[in-house]
Amino acid sequence: MKRLPPVEGEGIDRAAPLEFSFEGRRLTGFKGDTICSALAAHGVTVVGRSFKYHRPRGLFSVANHDVNAMFQVEQRGRSIPNVRGDVAPLRAGMKVAAVNTAGGLETDRMAGMERLARFLPVGFYYKAFHGRWFPKWERLIRRAAGLGVVDKANRAFTTPKRYAHTDVLVIGGGPSGLAAAHEAAERGAGVILADEWGELGGSALYARGGASVDESVRRLADIVIAHRGVRVLSSTFAAGYYADHWVSLVGPENLTKVRARAVVVAQGAIEQPAVFRGNDLPGVMLASGAQRLLSRYAVAPASRVVIITANAEGYAAALDAFHHGITVAGVLDLRERSHPSESGLTGAIRDRGIVVFHGVKPVEARADSEGHVRELEFDVEVSKDRSARHYLAADGVWMSVGFAPANALLQQAGAKMRYETAIEQFVPSQLPAGVFACGRVAGAYELSDRVAQGREAGRLAAAHAARSVGAMPETEGAETLRKLQSLVFTPRGSPSHPFPVFPHPKGQEFIDLDEDLHLSDLINAFQEGFDSSELLKRYSTVGMGPSQGKHSNLNAMRVLAKLREESVEAVGPTTARPMFHPVSLAHLAGRGFHPHRRTSLHDEHEKLGAVWMPAGDWQRPEYYARSGETRMAGIEAEVRAVRTGVGLIDVGTLGKIEAHGPIAGEFLGRVYTGQFGALKVGATRYGLALDEAGVIVDDGVIARLGKERFYFTTTTGNSGSLFRELGRLATMWRMPVGLVNLTGHFAAFNLAGPLSRAVLSQLTHVDLSHAAFPYLGVREAEVAGVRCRLMRVGFVGEMGYEIHLPAVDAIHVWSAVMRAGERFGIRAFGVEAQRVLRLEKGHVIVGQDTDGLTTPLEIGAEWALRMNKPFFIGQRSLQALQRLPQRQRLVGFTLPAGSVRPKECHLVIESGRIAGRVTSIQHSPTLGHAIGLAFVEPPIAQRGSFRIRVERGEEVSATVASLPFYDAPGERQTLDEDLAERTEMLA
Amino acid sequence: MKVMTCPVNGPRPVSEFAYAGELREMPEPGAASDAEWAAYVFNRNGVAGIKREWWCHTPSGVWFIAVRDTVDDVVLKTHLFGQGGDAE
Repeated sequence: MKRLPPVEGEGIDRAAPLEFSFEGRRLTGFKGDTICSALAAHGVTVVGRSFKYHRPRGLFSVANHDVNAMFQVEQRGRSIPNVRGDVAPLRAGMKVAAVNTAGGLETDRMAGMERLARFLPVGFYYKAFHGRWFPKWERLIRRAAGLGVVDKANRAFTTPKRYAHTDVLVIGGGPSGLAAAHEAAERGAGVILADEWGELGGSALYARGGASVDESVRRLADIVIAHRGVRVLSSTFAAGYYADHWVSLVGPENLTKVRARAVVVAQGAIEQPAVFRGNDLPGVMLASGAQRLLSRYAVAPASRVVIITANAEGYAAALDAFHHGITVAGVLDLRERSHPSESGLTGAIRDRGIVVFHGVKPVEARADSEGHVRELEFDVEVSKDRSARHYLAADGVWMSVGFAPANALLQQAGAKMRYETAIEQFVPSQLPAGVFACGRVAGAYELSDRVAQGREAGRLAAAHAARSVGAMPETEGAETLRKLQSLVFTPRGSPSHPFPVFPHPKGQEFIDLDEDLHLSDLINAFQEGFDSSELLKRYSTVGMGPSQGKHSNLNAMRVLAKLREESVEAVGPTTARPMFHPVSLAHLAGRGFHPHRRTSLHDEHEKLGAVWMPAGDWQRPEYYARSGETRMAGIEAEVRAVRTGVGLIDVGTLGKIEAHGPIAGEFLGRVYTGQFGALKVGATRYGLALDEAGVIVDDGVIARLGKERFYFTTTTGNSGSLFRELGRLATMWRMPVGLVNLTGHFAAFNLAGPLSRAVLSQLTHVDLSHAAFPYLGVREAEVAGVRCRLMRVGFVGEMGYEIHLPAVDAIHVWSAVMRAGERFGIRAFGVEAQRVLRLEKGHVIVGQDTDGLTTPLEIGAEWALRMNKPFFIGQRSLQALQRLPQRQRLVGFTLPAGSVRPKECHLVIESGRIAGRVTSIQHSPTLGHAIGLAFVEPPIAQRGSFRIRVERGEEVSATVASLPFYDAPGERQTLDEDLAERTEMLA
Repeated sequence: MKVMTCPVNGPRPVSEFAYAGELREMPEPGAASDAEWAAYVFNRNGVAGIKREWWCHTPSGVWFIAVRDTVDDVVLKTHLFGQGGDAE
């Protein structure tokens, strides 16, 4: 191998040499080289070791399918595994090493693996990986067969995602894709053209037939690049097609997600190898790969080649080799004669004195002492039953025997395929609406046909894009296809050979270079009964390596079809799922993005030493830490402040919703179990919401601010979903109700404790006396100069006011309340103290003391039900449940002094079986002992005692206690005014 | 990602939408037997085919009905509740 003198259109910059190293050797390439082209220019023929047998391997496709040219690349302090050297650009200072070797590429200690081949039969994993030997096998296999090594010291780097919208997305910048992009843009469509190479032109750039690049393709590429309607994304491949023309494009740095109105797939075809003994030797490669090296990188991968062919493309490759000064030892045509349309090519071959053999059957490629190919042995048919054996010395064997359409994205989009025997290839038989195919993927091989079909696809795509406004389906797939296929192609020979597979008595005909599978492996798998394409694939692992079968699936299918004595179409194409090429995880990984919600008082809590806890999406103060005070002591002090003085808690995380309209009350009466049509203006009522099965889903306080205006709260976690569901109910019931979600707009805090009125009275002119503003009342009034909604509620079991106000004024009013409360010893309290306080009062928390099966009948909330209403959600189910025996009942319980304290969710055990569970448990500072809530079976509730299993299987006994634990008569809410005043004065 | 067409806001990515089950006819609560009511509350028709479903365009809060073929996940039609013809 050597670097050629300058080649027309070469992609390297000879003025910009780049130093790099390969397996410790210092080498120089040029800017524009790939790792592999730079290696080839230095005569490096062995670039990797095979996956299973550690055979030396060389360049093969030079098209991002070379699984044996994968490297561990160290650059700028970062070590990246599995870099595809056939396409990865060379950079200065790269340290390149082969993957999957033990002790280096040339002295791989695993090179003897092949002698073990007969002990590693097909399906080896399934046969060997059993029982207690599994971990041993796994370790052994992981060492012997693998790819690169992830460097855990690498720092993570982020690759921002991009989004794009376009009328027409054209995938593939070969002649047909260029024509499609041009035609669509000329018709006014916005076009994105994505091409995986650095330069537009596709195979026209390298498959030149010994001449220059076709001038019309060059011109078309220039026009497309300059066209205002086309955005060209080069070095970018389409990784997958997702619903409704949503395509992921992978560029060198970014992933771009494109939404298109129409997609043109012009991805071409992937050249396929012939299967014969020694077809994996370094030096044996696809003709298209050799042509890429010649034209793009000015590298001659051999000095003397034989070309195995079955199509016009192989003759053109021979002319390219000759043009660049490579001796063509022979063109070996598998066919008995070439197609009449190839006379121009065959004439040119003859003129150059190149020998052509017809009716060739490759027998074996042989290697020299370094493993590189040195000779091809083949048979030539002389008569019907006689053939002559030939040998040709060569350091390069190029194969041009056929193609597989790159139709993965078409299939992902839902296109159906049929096998066209005239070209021995799958072509689309049905296209989804808005998806178009052109060029070699659609069966057009002659340049003029590719361009004509591309133009037609571009025209149809632009028309579709102009028509389609939404994603509503259209039934135009069949019509589209008729138009695309009604073009009459130029007569030519089949580009693909129907069965380029040549068994050898000694085996080693490689059918899958990724997975080191021989022809015999497939035959054995078939004979073991894995005789359908999906079974064969999984059992033998054919097509499951890093190239995902791009060079093996078609031949495997042809072998299977032959074994089954069926057509290739009957065996069927396998679907290639995304990604089309491997995509680095860095491209796919998103940033860690978990938004937290903060209330408008967040900074105030921070100043007060809040210790944060998550509550749904929200961050809430669990308690406020003070120096020299433990967590427990702090929580108890907060509880004491509320019970004996005054406390303030931020409840801004509650859902806050307004309902407007003449029938708003009636509407709420259908949603909640209580009666709201009759609720007086200025009053609030507890609201309990059920689902259709009668299960509790939410609760809150509903306030009537005006005749046609309600304001109500929901639990923190449910505000979004409940609000949404209210919208659906209003729609379904055809009830015109205005619903406004004020959750984020409003702040709320609860001023609670016997001294709460004393604090509030300093900040407002509203009459706070019991007569004027009784328990469960609601008033709109100014507090510290801000108009607020005041609700007298008692969740924590003390006199208190929930103050709701626009979030923008929250800090002002909160601070005013804290200042006014200073002389009363006011203390901010957190979620944990509130949990203790409400538990002392026996109030349940929906979602903690209830679960997805709990009805109001089980938690003693019958008082909240108006069963005689015409309708509320869950009413009919409750009527049925009332007639059934109760499943469980929520009870309060206490523990004997000194008992081990159970935890929430510890089980109630009755005669060895589960009979309930603890839902809440706390130490009550007010009462001086532990209190809890538990679900138990009704007979247990009646009996009055039960046992709870705690950690390590121990059991503790619990005694049923009547609820609430604290202030059973509810006197704290209507605290005698004189008492209140006396307390205030004392403070 | 699929595109769904909101009858008010037009085609939008499906991530902007929330699904709320099949559109079902509630039996008259007073007239239904316990068994009929339980069937309505607990049983859903899981047979793949053309379904009429509740969907919400969440940024705007628009509830509507999508007629969807669950065999191949194609939305055949979307319309506001009560504006889909006689099927409601």
